[in-house]
Amino acid sequence: MTTLYLGPDELSRTIRRLGHEIVENNHGTEGLVLVGLLSRGYPLARRLGAAIREFEGVEIPVGALDIGLYRDDVTRRGAPPPVRPSDIPGSIDGKTIVLVDDVLFTGRSIRAALDALLDFGRPARVRLAVMVDRGHRELPIRPDFVGKNIPTALVQKVQVRLAEVDGEDGVYVYGEEATHA
Amino acid sequence: MSDRILLRGGRVIDPGANVDAVLDVLVTGGVVARVAAGIEPGGARVIDATGCIVAPGLIDLHTHLREPGFEQKGTIATETLAALRGGFTTVCAMPNTSPTPDSAPTVEAIREIIQRDARVRVLQIGCVTRRREGKDLAELSELAASGCIALSDDGNPVANARLMRHAMELAAALGLPISEHCDEPELSHGGSMNEGRVSERLGLPGQPVAAETTAIARNIALCEMTGARLHIAHVTTARGLDLVSEAKSRGLPVTCEVTPSHLFLTEESVFGTGPEPAYETNAKINPPLRTEADRRALLAGLNAGTIDAIATDHAPHAVEDKLQEFDDAAFGISCIETALASVLTLVERRELDLVTAIRALTFHPARVFAIEARIPGAGRLEPGMSRDVVLLDPGARWTVDPARLASKGKNTPLAGVELTGSVRAVVFDGMLAYELEAAGV
Amino acid sequence: MLDVRTQAAPIGAPVPTEWTRKDLLDTDTLSADEIALILDTAEGMREVRSRPVAKVATLRGVTVVTLFYEQSTRTRASFEVAAKALGADVVNLTASGSSVEKGESLIDTVRTLEAIGADLLVMRHGKSGAPYLAARNTTAGVINGGDGTHAHPTQALLDLFTMRCHVGDLAGKKVVIVGDVLHSRVARSNLWSLLASGADVTLCGPATLVPRSLHGAAAEEGRCTVSTDFDAALEGADVVMALRMQKERQEKGLIPSLREYIAGYQLNARRLALARPGALVMHPGPMNEGIEISPEVAHGLTSVIEEQVANGVAVRMAILYLMATARHA
Repeated sequence: MTTLYLGPDELSRTIRRLGHEIVENNHGTEGLVLVGLLSRGYPLARRLGAAIREFEGVEIPVGALDIGLYRDDVTRRGAPPPVRPSDIPGSIDGKTIVLVDDVLFTGRSIRAALDALLDFGRPARVRLAVMVDRGHRELPIRPDFVGKNIPTALVQKVQVRLAEVDGEDGVYVYGEEATHA
Repeated sequence: MSDRILLRGGRVIDPGANVDAVLDVLVTGGVVARVAAGIEPGGARVIDATGCIVAPGLIDLHTHLREPGFEQKGTIATETLAALRGGFTTVCAMPNTSPTPDSAPTVEAIREIIQRDARVRVLQIGCVTRRREGKDLAELSELAASGCIALSDDGNPVANARLMRHAMELAAALGLPISEHCDEPELSHGGSMNEGRVSERLGLPGQPVAAETTAIARNIALCEMTGARLHIAHVTTARGLDLVSEAKSRGLPVTCEVTPSHLFLTEESVFGTGPEPAYETNAKINPPLRTEADRRALLAGLNAGTIDAIATDHAPHAVEDKLQEFDDAAFGISCIETALASVLTLVERRELDLVTAIRALTFHPARVFAIEARIPGAGRLEPGMSRDVVLLDPGARWTVDPARLASKGKNTPLAGVELTGSVRAVVFDGMLAYELEAAGV
Repeated sequence: MLDVRTQAAPIGAPVPTEWTRKDLLDTDTLSADEIALILDTAEGMREVRSRPVAKVATLRGVTVVTLFYEQSTRTRASFEVAAKALGADVVNLTASGSSVEKGESLIDTVRTLEAIGADLLVMRHGKSGAPYLAARNTTAGVINGGDGTHAHPTQALLDLFTMRCHVGDLAGKKVVIVGDVLHSRVARSNLWSLLASGADVTLCGPATLVPRSLHGAAAEEGRCTVSTDFDAALEGADVVMALRMQKERQEKGLIPSLREYIAGYQLNARRLALARPGALVMHPGPMNEGIEISPEVAHGLTSVIEEQVANGVAVRMAILYLMATARHA
């Protein structure tokens, strides 16, 4: 079973709302850097940056972060995660970094992203923005900005599809919801 | 063991007598008594030879028995048993032992082990130079007197042309052939395989064809000059064979041999059959396996009679001698138990003529080292004289399993290869000395 | 054909394939996809090396042993830096002063290292094929750090990486390798990876030092040629790679003198002008400046020789990463 949770228009609206929340939370755009996780967090971060530019008239630096080398399952999985270059714009020392990812699930990717990020410098603070929070955290990690909370069963899959990567926009959930006894 | 045996209904191939017919062979009183059709057993043990080949016991002009000195690689007991199982009843032992048979006392000492342990007839080849060092001549007349069948420094070519000239002069007077590994060391210079496409691919130092051909040319020239009997050990190249052919056509006393390995395999065996190179040390042999063109030329030379003998160059090695970096691994293939099957497989593939092949394993090698002068009837099935007979099954298929070789040397590049043709039984010295268990086929 | 681009991989581009090999012994059997995987991964590693903290902890708990039977400063150091930059533990062994000197066989040494807990074995050996023997006798992954005159795959891959950075798609590009090609493991491994990448290769050197038949099928396709005329070979070259000329070649009579070699085969400014303008100058090192390459060319505008060394760390990180993680598959 496939359920469309957010269509293209809702996705765009959500991104604009997240942009407003981020700027509001930061009391402006001063020192703000958006860092998207590869692969889908990065285009989301770029879209957030574009949205903020639209309503604030300010270009926010946007970076890409690859967490392949920081995953805690690298030498345990069958296929190693691909390693791609990160692209962090300038120094992050003293900046407010907003990590951007598509789906927040166990929290392990964010743990890896924090380790990766801190290898680039010492930001003043790090925030987390995700398009979907599907629950099932395994680590004490909590998002600061959430596009949509989608309660899911473990067996389900959540996919944020983005035109830049997948050729279309939309948030989908695959598989049956667990029937609670 | 039985000393009255009737091999009934086999295809008897006795090239020395131009016999190729379905006949019975009766062995009794220590010799081949009769070769005829419809022999009555008269109490002899009858072995049904239908569909099989009955031939004289095979003769190997080039065997390494390893004892004394290298018993971890092989002993006279193990390697002559291997020879027996391979169908060979007479083997000529190369002198690369320690001590080397470069004097009568050493020859005598080795003969004592042979008399005690050997399962087939062993004829000793004496050294050309002391300790095979290529510096001073061995006492050749003493070696002749002690019964050496031929002279050779085996894998050490006599590099010094003047020394070889004098060796040939003396050998000619003694009537002994010199079996020479024809190689110009300055050209082969540390090469561990044939120089060519595969060696360049593998980054291994190669032995060029010219290392063999220049040495053959030199030795033929010295043979012409001295009148000595020159036997060219394991010729491997098409061009080398041309030189032998030309010398023979001029009537020079030159003979040559080829190994089953060079007839059956090429330099590709070093690379192996996989996508990645194998650096197969079991295919490391000196002189090296050559190209397919060379292999075909050797087959043609054998079929045409230019090549006199098939000689094994059986070279057993201990496991650790081969389990090494390719350059460091020992040269040589343990092949006395696969030689006949390799040859019969080539016959089955129609690359080799059967009677020619049997001739090159029996009658011709007997003539090359004048063995018949010492062993009456050797290499033939001469009633009242010949004492050795082999029974071959030319259709039997078997897969080479190194672990099942009688030789201590498990170093064969044919492991896992299916061959056609097996030795079913061997009569040695008039007695049934070996019989293949039915389960073994 | 190899997926090569004129620029670094676009951010977030998918990586083509998976690494499934236990060993990396040569470039000859690598598929174009596997080569692309290594080079793409190396892009990520190069970025790691450019960070303020140029080190990650990915291979924490992985033991890399460098086993060098031959003297080597550069390759061994490059592997060590690469392994440490990934957080692996590194043990360096050289033949002198070890059990090897006491006559221990290669196989016994390798099995001992495996028993000690080596996950990856980087091996340099003077005998061609030695890493193949080692790889067959251990469950540890074996990386060939140069064997005899046979292969040096990591050098070839870092060379390819460097070329890809500057020349882009190598299809139809002309690469000239000059020097003692016959005895060069660098030239051999480069030949296979360059041909796989679609480049045309000219092997150039004195008649005694070029192969006669190595190029086989590629020669028939006209994609690999052998030349003894360096000036002529340089025409239209996009990349010129000079190999180290060893003095012992003169001692062995393979060349009459270094002087004559320099006259015929030194890569100098006059000769470089015969190649395509802006042709890349490469050398696997260590250089004999003034012999196979003139100082002004070695340090000239289009020389990427130092970059090759830096890229070597990134490429070796990529290889260590792929092999250390794949072996748990």
